Amino acid sequence: MSNVPVNNGRRRFLTAATAVVGGVGVVGAAVPFIASWNPSARAKAAGAPVEVNVGKIQPGQLIRAEWRGKPVYVVRRTEKTVSELAKHDDQLRDPNSEKAQQPEYATNAYRSIKPEFLVALGVCTHLGCAPTHHGGDFDQFVEGVPNGFFCPCHGSKFDMAGRVFQGVPAPLNLVVPEHSFVNDDTLLIGVSQGDA
Amino acid sequence: MLMKLFTDFMGWVDKRLPVTDAWNKHLAQYPAPKNFNFWYFFGSLAMLVLVNQILTGIWLTMNYEPSGDGAFASIEYIMRDVDFGWLLRYMHSTGASAFFVVVYMHMMRGLMYGSYQKPRELLWIFGMLIFLVLMAEAFMGYLLPWGNMSYWGAQVIISLFGAVPIIGDDLTLWIRGDYVISGATLNRFFALHVIAMPLVLVILVFLHILALHEVGSNNPEGIDIKKPKGSVKPEELSKFTFHKQYSEKYDIVDAVPFHPYYSVKDIMGVAGFLFLFCWVMFFAPEGGGYFMEAPNFTPANGLKTPEHIAPVWYFGPFYTILRVVPDKLLGAVAMFGAIVMLFALPWFDRGTVKSVRYRSKLHLVNLIQFAICFVVLGALGTMPATPTANLIGVIASFGYFGFFIALWFYSKNENTKPVPERIAD
Repeated sequence: MSNVPVNNGRRRFLTAATAVVGGVGVVGAAVPFIASWNPSARAKAAGAPVEVNVGKIQPGQLIRAEWRGKPVYVVRRTEKTVSELAKHDDQLRDPNSEKAQQPEYATNAYRSIKPEFLVALGVCTHLGCAPTHHGGDFDQFVEGVPNGFFCPCHGSKFDMAGRVFQGVPAPLNLVVPEHSFVNDDTLLIGVSQGDA
Repeated sequence: MLMKLFTDFMGWVDKRLPVTDAWNKHLAQYPAPKNFNFWYFFGSLAMLVLVNQILTGIWLTMNYEPSGDGAFASIEYIMRDVDFGWLLRYMHSTGASAFFVVVYMHMMRGLMYGSYQKPRELLWIFGMLIFLVLMAEAFMGYLLPWGNMSYWGAQVIISLFGAVPIIGDDLTLWIRGDYVISGATLNRFFALHVIAMPLVLVILVFLHILALHEVGSNNPEGIDIKKPKGSVKPEELSKFTFHKQYSEKYDIVDAVPFHPYYSVKDIMGVAGFLFLFCWVMFFAPEGGGYFMEAPNFTPANGLKTPEHIAPVWYFGPFYTILRVVPDKLLGAVAMFGAIVMLFALPWFDRGTVKSVRYRSKLHLVNLIQFAICFVVLGALGTMPATPTANLIGVIASFGYFGFFIALWFYSKNENTKPVPERIAD
């Protein structure tokens, strides 16, 4: 090789330059392939707020609404349930809702606008299953707490304010979506008071 | 006359493409140890199942509709209205479970006889990559029927990526292509399941075999059949002719050509396998709810998680490890860690004796406890999460990881038996 009339410096430069330009080209060409996996414009548009009539919910009853393809739990908590919320604070990961899992107006002891109505996404913060509502028989999971949510997938537990218990896989409280009341009987999920 | 025509034709081809040479190198003159037992069926069986999956898969795509609106109905259409559609689908779904049965047996063989040890590390890693791609392939395939278990299984596994710090939420959004699992997710999984993953799988299998034939097959004794050139007396050499690529570099003992000796033996394995396979396919295609889970006979419903959500049985062991860790990120780390440990096995084992037959009692016990823990973890993965199940799961997880840790410690100065020079008759 050494006798072949070759300018090694120039050859090295050309090799490196080709590699760099080619590399940039590969990165550039990868962009459309990767970006095409993002939600499409149509998927982004399909996120309108939903109205729910809460007037007919019985005390202690849970209804499911669908918002952005996800289940939203709306529960009319009894006064007894609301008063019992504070009793098991020491067994919770985040009893005071310090992690931003709810809008500011729901950062209170009930995690809601009105104490009687809990509005929370029925999506476990562990791996996204829908927790099951146990009214009256939740004490099989947590002693002394009669009502709560139990996730059948991996056994995470939440109280009637959607607050997660300690010692379960779920790290965070259930998400309280933006919501507001149009009037006493009509709940609007997806829009905060005054934004609409 | 016909024979001469064939010889002439092969001569013509061989001048242009080394077909006969490749046939000899990899089959008719490939030296295989003479002492293979039934554990050596599973490699060729895995290839058989791969062919079955590709063939039936192609035929299923002819009637399947990859869309959120049409997928579930098109499966019912295949099952009810397409001639023999039910058979093609059951061949494919039973094949998925059969694939994991033979692959787990194949891996167990490698563990027992030390087939991952030097110089077969790369061979083992290709095998592990095949296992990894196979799991991705099976997971994506399970979404396609668009039943309720398909949906929630995918929801759980995709949410795992949400455990990645900082970018987790964006990552899951990117994988799904929507704010929830939707037709967009289904379509991309379909594309990956039928094109990308199979292509990668076939290439990896090719490399796996190439790497195997470069280093040569291990055997139940863990004794090398390739001795240094000139170290064996001529009368002790194997009587068979082997390809010069092997015989020029080594003195080969205790070996037979793969074809016809093991090709015939493997056909026996195939017959036995097909007997069991067909029994399941015809009489229990749902595998008692373990191959096809009951909630998957209702369409996907994003608002209703099935009462008891469980992965298909072959993901059970890893799913249990995920579930017993009471922390989202650490659970995901432990689950992926369980697979990383397998990848690193050739470096956890610092011993030089390969086969369990000549290793210490301690190693035998460790291997047995590992196999038991793996089965227990698998069983737990299909059961509901009760406190008792959790406790057993924690113990079995320690057993699983403990296998590797213990191996690293004792294998350095292990009390092994002397390994014979030659494979006994």
